[in-house]
Amino acid sequence: MTSTLSTIERASMMPYAASPTLEARDLCCRRGDRLLLTRLSFTLARGEILQITGANGVGKTTLLRVIASLMQPESGTLHWRGQLLEKVRSAYLRDLSYVGHADGVKGSLSVAENLTLASALHGGGIPINAALQRLGLGDLADTLTHRLSAGQRRRLALARLLVNQACLWLLDEPFTALDKPAIKTVASMLEEHAARGGLVIFTSHHSTDITISRALHLEDQREWNGD
Amino acid sequence: MERGLVHACAWIVKRDLLLLWRHRAEAANPVLFFFVIALIFPLSLGPEPQMLQSVGPGVIWIAALLATLLSLEAVFRSDLEDGSLEQLLLSPHPLTLLVMAKILSHWLTAGLPLLLLAPILGLQFGIAGYTLGVLLLTLILGTPALSLMGAIGVALTAGLRAAGILATLLLLPLYVPILIFATGATAAANRGLAWGPQLYMLGALLMLAITLAPLAAAAALRIRNS
Repeated sequence: MTSTLSTIERASMMPYAASPTLEARDLCCRRGDRLLLTRLSFTLARGEILQITGANGVGKTTLLRVIASLMQPESGTLHWRGQLLEKVRSAYLRDLSYVGHADGVKGSLSVAENLTLASALHGGGIPINAALQRLGLGDLADTLTHRLSAGQRRRLALARLLVNQACLWLLDEPFTALDKPAIKTVASMLEEHAARGGLVIFTSHHSTDITISRALHLEDQREWNGD
Repeated sequence: MERGLVHACAWIVKRDLLLLWRHRAEAANPVLFFFVIALIFPLSLGPEPQMLQSVGPGVIWIAALLATLLSLEAVFRSDLEDGSLEQLLLSPHPLTLLVMAKILSHWLTAGLPLLLLAPILGLQFGIAGYTLGVLLLTLILGTPALSLMGAIGVALTAGLRAAGILATLLLLPLYVPILIFATGATAAANRGLAWGPQLYMLGALLMLAITLAPLAAAAALRIRNS
Protein backbone atom coordinates (compact mmCIF):
# COMPACT_ATOMS: atom_id res chain seq x y z
CA MET A 1 0.00 0.00 0.00
CA THR A 2 2.71 2.43 1.02
CA SER A 3 4.66 1.82 -2.14
CA THR A 4 1.58 2.42 -4.37
CA LEU A 5 0.81 5.66 -2.58
CA SER A 6 4.33 6.92 -3.00
CA THR A 7 4.18 6.00 -6.70
CA ILE A 8 1.03 8.10 -7.06
CA GLU A 9 2.67 10.88 -5.13
CA ARG A 10 5.74 10.75 -7.32
CA ALA A 11 3.59 10.73 -10.45
CA SER A 12 1.73 13.82 -9.38
CA MET A 13 4.98 15.64 -8.72
CA MET A 14 6.23 15.08 -12.25
CA PRO A 15 6.29 18.05 -14.60
CA TYR A 16 3.51 18.35 -17.19
CA ALA A 17 4.63 16.80 -20.45
CA ALA A 18 2.98 18.98 -23.10
CA SER A 19 3.29 22.73 -22.86
CA PRO A 20 -0.14 24.11 -22.08
CA THR A 21 -1.15 27.62 -23.04
CA LEU A 22 -4.29 29.57 -22.36
CA GLU A 23 -5.14 32.41 -24.66
CA ALA A 24 -7.95 34.93 -24.42
CA ARG A 25 -8.76 36.96 -27.50
CA ASP A 26 -10.89 40.10 -27.33
CA LEU A 27 -13.01 38.91 -24.43
CA CYS A 28 -16.08 40.94 -23.53
CA CYS A 29 -18.04 39.84 -20.49
CA ARG A 30 -21.43 40.90 -19.30
CA ARG A 31 -23.10 40.46 -15.94
CA GLY A 32 -26.78 41.29 -16.02
CA ASP A 33 -27.12 44.55 -17.96
CA ARG A 34 -23.59 45.72 -17.29
CA LEU A 35 -20.71 45.23 -19.65
CA LEU A 36 -17.86 44.50 -17.29
CA LEU A 37 -14.87 43.78 -19.48
CA THR A 38 -14.22 44.91 -23.01
CA ARG A 39 -11.72 43.50 -25.47
CA LEU A 40 -9.49 41.76 -23.01
CA SER A 41 -6.64 39.72 -24.50
CA PHE A 42 -3.86 37.83 -22.80
CA THR A 43 -1.79 34.69 -23.16
CA LEU A 44 -0.64 32.54 -20.30
CA ALA A 45 2.08 30.00 -20.99
CA ARG A 46 3.59 27.06 -19.14
CA GLY A 47 4.75 27.85 -15.62
CA GLU A 48 3.15 31.28 -15.42
CA ILE A 49 1.12 32.74 -12.57
CA LEU A 50 -1.35 35.52 -13.34
CA GLN A 51 -2.81 37.66 -10.59
CA ILE A 52 -5.99 39.55 -11.38
CA THR A 53 -6.59 42.66 -9.31
CA GLY A 54 -9.17 45.40 -9.43
CA ALA A 55 -11.80 47.16 -7.37
CA ASN A 56 -14.89 45.35 -6.05
CA GLY A 57 -17.46 44.68 -8.73
CA VAL A 58 -15.09 45.32 -11.59
CA GLY A 59 -15.53 41.79 -12.95
CA LYS A 60 -12.74 39.65 -11.51
CA THR A 61 -15.03 36.78 -10.54
CA THR A 62 -16.95 37.08 -13.81
CA LEU A 63 -13.71 36.83 -15.78
CA LEU A 64 -12.64 33.79 -13.79
CA ARG A 65 -16.03 32.13 -14.35
CA VAL A 66 -15.78 32.83 -18.06
CA ILE A 67 -12.29 31.28 -18.16
CA ALA A 68 -13.63 28.29 -16.21
CA SER A 69 -16.32 27.92 -18.93
CA LEU A 70 -19.08 28.33 -16.34
CA MET A 71 -20.23 31.42 -18.24
CA GLN A 72 -20.18 32.33 -21.90
CA PRO A 73 -18.35 35.51 -22.85
CA GLU A 74 -20.42 38.18 -24.58
CA SER A 75 -17.92 38.06 -27.44
CA GLY A 76 -14.35 36.95 -27.99
CA THR A 77 -12.80 33.51 -27.69
CA LEU A 78 -10.71 31.40 -25.36
CA HIS A 79 -8.11 28.96 -26.64
CA TRP A 80 -6.62 26.06 -24.72
CA ARG A 81 -3.45 24.44 -26.08
CA GLY A 82 -4.02 26.40 -29.28
CA GLN A 83 -7.55 25.11 -29.87
CA LEU A 84 -10.90 26.80 -29.45
CA LEU A 85 -12.14 26.00 -25.95
CA GLU A 86 -15.62 24.85 -27.00
CA LYS A 87 -14.07 22.24 -29.28
CA VAL A 88 -11.83 20.74 -26.59
CA ARG A 89 -14.16 21.25 -23.65
CA SER A 90 -13.90 17.81 -22.09
CA ALA A 91 -10.09 17.76 -22.38
CA TYR A 92 -10.04 21.29 -20.96
CA LEU A 93 -12.14 20.22 -17.95
CA ARG A 94 -9.68 17.38 -17.28
CA ASP A 95 -6.90 19.99 -17.19
CA LEU A 96 -8.82 22.42 -15.00
CA SER A 97 -9.21 22.77 -11.26
CA TYR A 98 -11.39 25.62 -10.02
CA VAL A 99 -11.83 26.98 -6.51
CA GLY A 100 -14.59 29.53 -6.72
CA HIS A 101 -15.97 32.18 -4.44
CA ALA A 102 -18.13 29.50 -2.78
CA ASP A 103 -16.06 26.73 -1.24
CA GLY A 104 -18.03 23.86 -2.77
CA VAL A 105 -17.84 22.08 0.57
CA LYS A 106 -20.78 20.12 2.01
CA GLY A 107 -21.38 21.09 5.62
CA SER A 108 -22.90 17.77 6.64
CA LEU A 109 -20.02 15.70 5.28
CA SER A 110 -16.71 15.21 7.05
CA VAL A 111 -13.50 16.78 5.78
CA ALA A 112 -12.26 13.46 4.37
CA GLU A 113 -15.64 12.65 2.76
CA ASN A 114 -15.68 16.02 1.01
CA LEU A 115 -12.23 15.45 -0.39
CA THR A 116 -12.98 11.86 -1.41
CA LEU A 117 -15.95 13.10 -3.39
CA ALA A 118 -13.80 15.77 -5.07
CA SER A 119 -11.27 13.16 -6.05
CA ALA A 120 -14.04 10.85 -7.34
CA LEU A 121 -15.28 13.65 -9.60
CA HIS A 122 -11.83 14.40 -10.98
CA GLY A 123 -8.88 12.79 -9.20
CA GLY A 124 -5.43 11.74 -10.25
CA GLY A 125 -3.52 13.80 -7.69
CA ILE A 126 -1.91 12.97 -4.37
CA PRO A 127 -3.74 10.83 -1.76
CA ILE A 128 -6.37 12.51 0.39
CA ASN A 129 -4.46 12.17 3.66
CA ALA A 130 -1.35 13.73 2.16
CA ALA A 131 -3.38 16.67 0.85
CA LEU A 132 -5.02 17.19 4.25
CA GLN A 133 -1.63 17.07 6.00
CA ARG A 134 -0.24 19.64 3.58
CA LEU A 135 -3.01 22.11 4.41
CA GLY A 136 -2.91 21.41 8.12
CA LEU A 137 -6.25 19.58 8.25
CA GLY A 138 -4.81 16.15 9.08
CA ASP A 139 -6.32 16.05 12.57
CA LEU A 140 -9.74 17.18 11.34
CA ALA A 141 -10.30 14.44 8.74
CA ASP A 142 -13.37 13.06 10.52
CA THR A 143 -14.85 16.40 11.59
CA LEU A 144 -18.07 17.52 9.94
CA THR A 145 -17.26 20.62 7.90
CA HIS A 146 -20.01 22.80 9.33
CA ARG A 147 -18.01 22.69 12.57
CA LEU A 148 -14.96 24.21 10.83
CA SER A 149 -14.04 27.87 10.73
CA ALA A 150 -14.24 29.82 7.46
CA GLY A 151 -10.48 29.61 7.06
CA GLN A 152 -10.44 25.85 7.59
CA ARG A 153 -13.21 25.41 5.03
CA ARG A 154 -11.21 27.51 2.60
CA ARG A 155 -8.20 25.27 3.19
CA LEU A 156 -10.33 22.21 2.48
CA ALA A 157 -11.49 23.79 -0.79
CA LEU A 158 -7.85 24.43 -1.71
CA ALA A 159 -6.91 20.84 -0.81
CA ARG A 160 -8.95 19.85 -3.87
CA LEU A 161 -6.17 21.29 -6.01
CA LEU A 162 -3.83 18.62 -4.68
CA VAL A 163 -6.09 15.56 -4.98
CA ASN A 164 -6.93 16.48 -8.57
CA GLN A 165 -4.34 16.28 -11.30
CA ALA A 166 -4.94 19.44 -13.32
CA CYS A 167 -2.44 21.80 -14.89
CA LEU A 168 -4.63 24.92 -14.93
CA TRP A 169 -5.65 26.30 -11.55
CA LEU A 170 -8.31 29.00 -11.38
CA LEU A 171 -8.66 30.47 -7.91
CA ASP A 172 -11.11 33.14 -6.81
CA GLU A 173 -9.75 34.94 -3.74
CA PRO A 174 -7.85 31.88 -2.47
CA PHE A 175 -6.39 33.71 0.54
CA THR A 176 -9.71 34.92 1.99
CA ALA A 177 -10.05 33.97 5.67
CA LEU A 178 -6.67 32.20 5.73
CA ASP A 179 -4.17 32.83 8.53
CA LYS A 180 -0.54 33.69 7.81
CA PRO A 181 0.91 30.15 7.90
CA ALA A 182 -1.91 28.93 5.63
CA ILE A 183 -1.30 31.80 3.18
CA LYS A 184 2.35 30.76 3.10
CA THR A 185 1.44 27.12 2.43
CA VAL A 186 -0.94 28.04 -0.36
CA ALA A 187 1.59 30.46 -1.88
CA SER A 188 4.19 27.71 -1.92
CA MET A 189 1.63 25.34 -3.48
CA LEU A 190 1.08 27.82 -6.31
CA GLU A 191 4.81 28.29 -6.86
CA GLU A 192 5.48 24.55 -6.88
CA HIS A 193 2.66 24.10 -9.35
CA ALA A 194 4.15 26.75 -11.64
CA ALA A 195 7.61 25.24 -11.27
CA ARG A 196 6.20 21.95 -12.57
CA GLY A 197 4.91 23.78 -15.63
CA GLY A 198 1.36 24.37 -14.41
CA LEU A 199 -0.64 27.54 -14.97
CA VAL A 200 -2.29 29.58 -12.24
CA ILE A 201 -4.79 32.40 -12.49
CA PHE A 202 -5.97 33.89 -9.22
CA THR A 203 -7.75 36.99 -7.99
CA SER A 204 -6.66 38.55 -4.74
CA HIS A 205 -6.64 41.72 -2.72
CA HIS A 206 -3.91 40.38 -0.46
CA SER A 207 -0.34 41.32 -1.10
CA THR A 208 1.43 37.99 -1.22
CA ASP A 209 5.04 36.96 -1.58
CA ILE A 210 4.29 34.82 -4.62
CA THR A 211 6.55 35.36 -7.59
CA ILE A 212 3.91 36.47 -10.05
CA SER A 213 4.82 36.30 -13.71
CA ARG A 214 2.00 38.54 -14.81
CA ALA A 215 -0.44 40.93 -13.26
CA LEU A 216 -3.70 42.05 -14.75
CA HIS A 217 -5.41 45.06 -13.25
CA LEU A 218 -9.02 45.38 -14.28
CA GLU A 219 -10.53 48.80 -14.57
CA ASP A 220 -14.11 49.78 -15.19
CA GLN A 221 -15.01 49.16 -18.84
CA ARG A 222 -11.65 50.28 -20.08
CA GLU A 223 -9.44 48.49 -22.49
CA TRP A 224 -6.52 46.62 -21.11
CA ASN A 225 -3.53 46.56 -23.41
CA GLY A 226 -1.51 43.45 -22.68
CA ASP A 227 1.15 43.23 -20.01
CA MET B 1 -12.10 6.59 -17.77
CA GLU B 2 -15.26 4.47 -17.71
CA ARG B 3 -14.32 3.10 -14.33
CA GLY B 4 -13.77 6.66 -13.19
CA LEU B 5 -17.25 7.60 -14.36
CA VAL B 6 -18.90 4.71 -12.51
CA HIS B 7 -16.87 5.64 -9.44
CA ALA B 8 -17.96 9.29 -9.69
CA CYS B 9 -21.65 8.40 -10.12
CA ALA B 10 -21.50 5.90 -7.25
CA TRP B 11 -19.98 8.58 -5.03
CA ILE B 12 -22.68 11.08 -5.92
CA VAL B 13 -25.38 8.57 -4.96
CA LYS B 14 -23.48 7.70 -1.79
CA ARG B 15 -23.03 11.38 -0.92
CA ASP B 16 -26.71 12.22 -1.41
CA LEU B 17 -27.81 9.21 0.66
CA LEU B 18 -25.33 10.14 3.38
CA LEU B 19 -26.53 13.77 3.41
CA LEU B 20 -30.11 12.61 3.65
CA TRP B 21 -29.29 10.23 6.46
CA ARG B 22 -27.65 13.06 8.39
CA HIS B 23 -30.79 15.20 7.87
CA ARG B 24 -33.22 12.31 8.27
CA ALA B 25 -35.88 14.29 10.10
CA GLU B 26 -36.24 16.67 7.14
CA ALA B 27 -35.89 13.85 4.66
CA ALA B 28 -38.71 11.88 6.28
CA ASN B 29 -41.09 14.81 5.86
CA PRO B 30 -42.34 14.09 2.30
CA VAL B 31 -42.75 10.38 3.08
CA LEU B 32 -44.71 11.22 6.22
CA PHE B 33 -46.81 13.66 4.20
CA PHE B 34 -47.63 10.89 1.70
CA PHE B 35 -48.55 8.51 4.49
CA VAL B 36 -50.77 11.02 6.32
CA ILE B 37 -52.72 12.15 3.24
CA ALA B 38 -53.52 8.60 2.25
CA LEU B 39 -54.28 7.72 5.86
CA ILE B 40 -56.82 10.48 6.57
CA PHE B 41 -58.61 10.28 3.23
CA PRO B 42 -60.82 7.29 4.13
CA LEU B 43 -61.88 9.09 7.32
CA SER B 44 -63.45 11.89 5.30
CA LEU B 45 -65.04 9.60 2.71
CA GLY B 46 -66.96 7.25 4.93
CA PRO B 47 -66.74 3.50 5.35
CA GLU B 48 -68.32 2.21 2.13
CA PRO B 49 -65.91 -0.46 0.89
CA GLN B 50 -66.82 -0.26 -2.77
CA MET B 51 -66.30 3.49 -2.98
CA LEU B 52 -63.02 3.30 -1.05
CA GLN B 53 -61.81 0.59 -3.39
CA SER B 54 -62.56 2.67 -6.46
CA VAL B 55 -60.99 5.96 -5.22
CA GLY B 56 -58.08 4.34 -3.35
CA PRO B 57 -55.56 4.09 -6.19
CA GLY B 58 -56.27 7.68 -7.23
CA VAL B 59 -55.75 8.95 -3.68
CA ILE B 60 -52.50 7.02 -3.28
CA TRP B 61 -51.25 8.34 -6.62
CA ILE B 62 -52.13 11.97 -5.88
CA ALA B 63 -50.44 11.66 -2.48
CA ALA B 64 -47.34 10.20 -4.20
CA LEU B 65 -47.31 13.03 -6.74
CA LEU B 66 -47.58 15.76 -4.08
CA ALA B 67 -44.97 14.09 -1.87
CA THR B 68 -42.58 13.93 -4.84
CA LEU B 69 -43.11 17.64 -5.57
CA LEU B 70 -42.34 18.37 -1.93
CA SER B 71 -39.12 16.37 -1.89
CA LEU B 72 -37.87 17.60 -5.29
CA GLU B 73 -37.25 21.13 -4.13
CA ALA B 74 -34.12 20.16 -2.24
CA VAL B 75 -32.47 18.20 -5.07
CA PHE B 76 -30.22 20.96 -6.43
CA ARG B 77 -30.81 23.77 -3.93
CA SER B 78 -28.01 23.14 -1.46
CA ASP B 79 -25.58 22.23 -4.25
CA LEU B 80 -26.22 25.58 -5.87
CA GLU B 81 -25.89 27.47 -2.60
CA ASP B 82 -22.61 25.98 -1.40
CA GLY B 83 -20.85 25.84 -4.76
CA SER B 84 -20.92 22.03 -5.09
CA LEU B 85 -22.86 22.45 -8.32
CA GLU B 86 -19.94 24.33 -9.89
CA GLN B 87 -17.72 21.39 -9.07
CA LEU B 88 -20.20 19.01 -10.72
CA LEU B 89 -20.39 21.23 -13.80
CA LEU B 90 -16.59 21.34 -14.05
CA SER B 91 -16.07 17.62 -13.56
CA PRO B 92 -14.53 16.02 -16.66
CA HIS B 93 -17.27 13.37 -16.55
CA PRO B 94 -20.47 13.88 -18.62
CA LEU B 95 -22.82 16.08 -16.60
CA THR B 96 -25.88 14.21 -17.92
CA LEU B 97 -24.75 11.01 -16.19
CA LEU B 98 -23.84 12.80 -12.97
CA VAL B 99 -27.33 14.36 -12.98
CA MET B 100 -28.73 10.87 -13.60
CA ALA B 101 -26.95 9.71 -10.43
CA LYS B 102 -28.54 12.56 -8.48
CA ILE B 103 -31.98 11.62 -9.83
CA LEU B 104 -31.37 8.00 -8.87
CA SER B 105 -30.59 8.99 -5.30
CA HIS B 106 -33.73 11.14 -5.24
CA TRP B 107 -35.82 8.19 -6.33
CA LEU B 108 -34.16 5.90 -3.78
CA THR B 109 -35.05 8.28 -0.96
CA ALA B 110 -38.36 9.72 -2.16
CA GLY B 111 -39.85 7.20 -4.60
CA LEU B 112 -38.86 3.85 -3.16
CA PRO B 113 -40.30 4.54 0.34
CA LEU B 114 -43.67 5.38 -1.26
CA LEU B 115 -43.56 2.09 -3.11
CA LEU B 116 -42.88 0.23 0.13
CA LEU B 117 -45.63 2.02 2.04
CA ALA B 118 -48.28 1.61 -0.68
CA PRO B 119 -49.34 -1.95 0.28
CA ILE B 120 -50.04 -0.82 3.88
CA LEU B 121 -52.09 2.12 2.65
CA GLY B 122 -53.81 -0.13 0.14
CA LEU B 123 -55.26 -2.11 3.05
CA GLN B 124 -57.00 1.05 4.26
CA PHE B 125 -58.91 1.27 1.00
CA GLY B 126 -59.50 -2.44 0.73
CA ILE B 127 -57.11 -2.75 -2.19
CA ALA B 128 -55.50 -6.16 -2.13
CA GLY B 129 -54.44 -9.04 -4.31
CA TYR B 130 -54.66 -8.46 -8.03
CA THR B 131 -55.48 -4.73 -7.95
CA LEU B 132 -52.73 -4.07 -5.42
CA GLY B 133 -50.27 -5.83 -7.73
CA VAL B 134 -51.25 -3.56 -10.62
CA LEU B 135 -51.09 -0.49 -8.36
CA LEU B 136 -47.55 -1.45 -7.33
CA LEU B 137 -46.59 -1.98 -10.98
CA THR B 138 -47.82 1.52 -11.84
CA LEU B 139 -45.81 2.92 -8.92
CA ILE B 140 -42.67 1.01 -10.02
CA LEU B 141 -42.95 2.54 -13.49
CA GLY B 142 -44.40 5.89 -12.46
CA THR B 143 -42.36 7.11 -9.49
CA PRO B 144 -39.00 7.04 -11.35
CA ALA B 145 -40.69 9.05 -14.12
CA LEU B 146 -41.84 11.58 -11.51
CA SER B 147 -38.26 11.94 -10.22
CA LEU B 148 -36.79 12.22 -13.74
CA MET B 149 -39.25 14.81 -15.06
CA GLY B 150 -39.17 16.61 -11.73
CA ALA B 151 -35.43 17.09 -12.08
CA ILE B 152 -36.02 19.24 -15.19
CA GLY B 153 -38.40 21.50 -13.29
CA VAL B 154 -36.17 21.98 -10.26
CA ALA B 155 -33.06 22.43 -12.40
CA LEU B 156 -34.79 25.18 -14.37
CA THR B 157 -35.91 26.99 -11.23
CA ALA B 158 -32.90 26.34 -8.96
CA GLY B 159 -31.86 29.46 -7.10
CA LEU B 160 -34.99 31.45 -7.94
CA ARG B 161 -36.99 33.05 -5.15
CA ALA B 162 -40.31 31.37 -5.90
CA ALA B 163 -38.62 28.14 -7.01
CA GLY B 164 -41.11 25.80 -5.32
CA ILE B 165 -44.23 27.32 -6.87
CA LEU B 166 -42.64 27.73 -10.29
CA ALA B 167 -41.40 24.15 -10.36
CA THR B 168 -44.87 22.90 -9.37
CA LEU B 169 -46.53 24.92 -12.13
CA LEU B 170 -43.98 23.68 -14.66
CA LEU B 171 -44.27 20.08 -13.60
CA LEU B 172 -48.00 19.56 -13.19
CA PRO B 173 -48.69 19.36 -16.95
CA LEU B 174 -45.83 16.85 -17.29
CA TYR B 175 -47.19 14.79 -14.40
CA VAL B 176 -50.81 14.65 -15.62
CA PRO B 177 -50.22 11.91 -18.25
CA ILE B 178 -48.41 9.75 -15.68
CA LEU B 179 -51.31 10.18 -13.26
CA ILE B 180 -53.94 9.40 -15.91
CA PHE B 181 -52.30 6.22 -17.18
CA ALA B 182 -51.41 4.98 -13.70
CA THR B 183 -54.88 5.45 -12.22
CA GLY B 184 -56.44 4.24 -15.49
CA ALA B 185 -54.55 0.95 -15.22
CA THR B 186 -55.56 0.32 -11.61
CA ALA B 187 -59.17 1.29 -12.26
CA ALA B 188 -59.29 -1.16 -15.17
CA ALA B 189 -57.75 -3.89 -13.02
CA ASN B 190 -60.30 -3.19 -10.30
CA ARG B 191 -63.15 -3.75 -12.76
CA GLY B 192 -61.50 -6.80 -14.24
CA LEU B 193 -60.72 -5.12 -17.57
CA ALA B 194 -57.46 -5.16 -19.56
CA TRP B 195 -54.90 -2.86 -17.93
CA GLY B 196 -51.95 -3.69 -20.22
CA PRO B 197 -52.24 -0.74 -22.63
CA GLN B 198 -52.13 1.88 -19.85
CA LEU B 199 -49.13 0.15 -18.29
CA TYR B 200 -47.34 0.07 -21.65
CA MET B 201 -47.96 3.80 -22.02
CA LEU B 202 -46.56 4.34 -18.55
CA GLY B 203 -43.50 2.31 -19.52
CA ALA B 204 -43.10 4.38 -22.66
CA LEU B 205 -43.30 7.60 -20.63
CA LEU B 206 -40.63 6.25 -18.29
CA MET B 207 -38.33 5.37 -21.21
CA LEU B 208 -38.85 8.83 -22.68
CA ALA B 209 -38.02 10.39 -19.31
CA ILE B 210 -34.90 8.23 -18.83
CA THR B 211 -33.50 9.21 -22.21
CA LEU B 212 -34.40 12.90 -22.30
CA ALA B 213 -34.86 14.20 -18.75
CA PRO B 214 -31.20 13.98 -17.58
CA LEU B 215 -30.09 15.77 -20.77
CA ALA B 216 -32.64 18.53 -20.26
CA ALA B 217 -31.89 18.86 -16.53
CA ALA B 218 -28.13 19.07 -17.21
CA ALA B 219 -28.66 21.78 -19.83
CA ALA B 220 -30.95 23.67 -17.44
CA LEU B 221 -28.34 23.51 -14.67
CA ARG B 222 -25.68 24.96 -16.97
CA ILE B 223 -27.99 27.85 -17.79
CA ARG B 224 -29.01 28.42 -14.18
CA ASN B 225 -25.41 28.52 -13.05
CA SER B 226 -24.17 30.97 -15.69
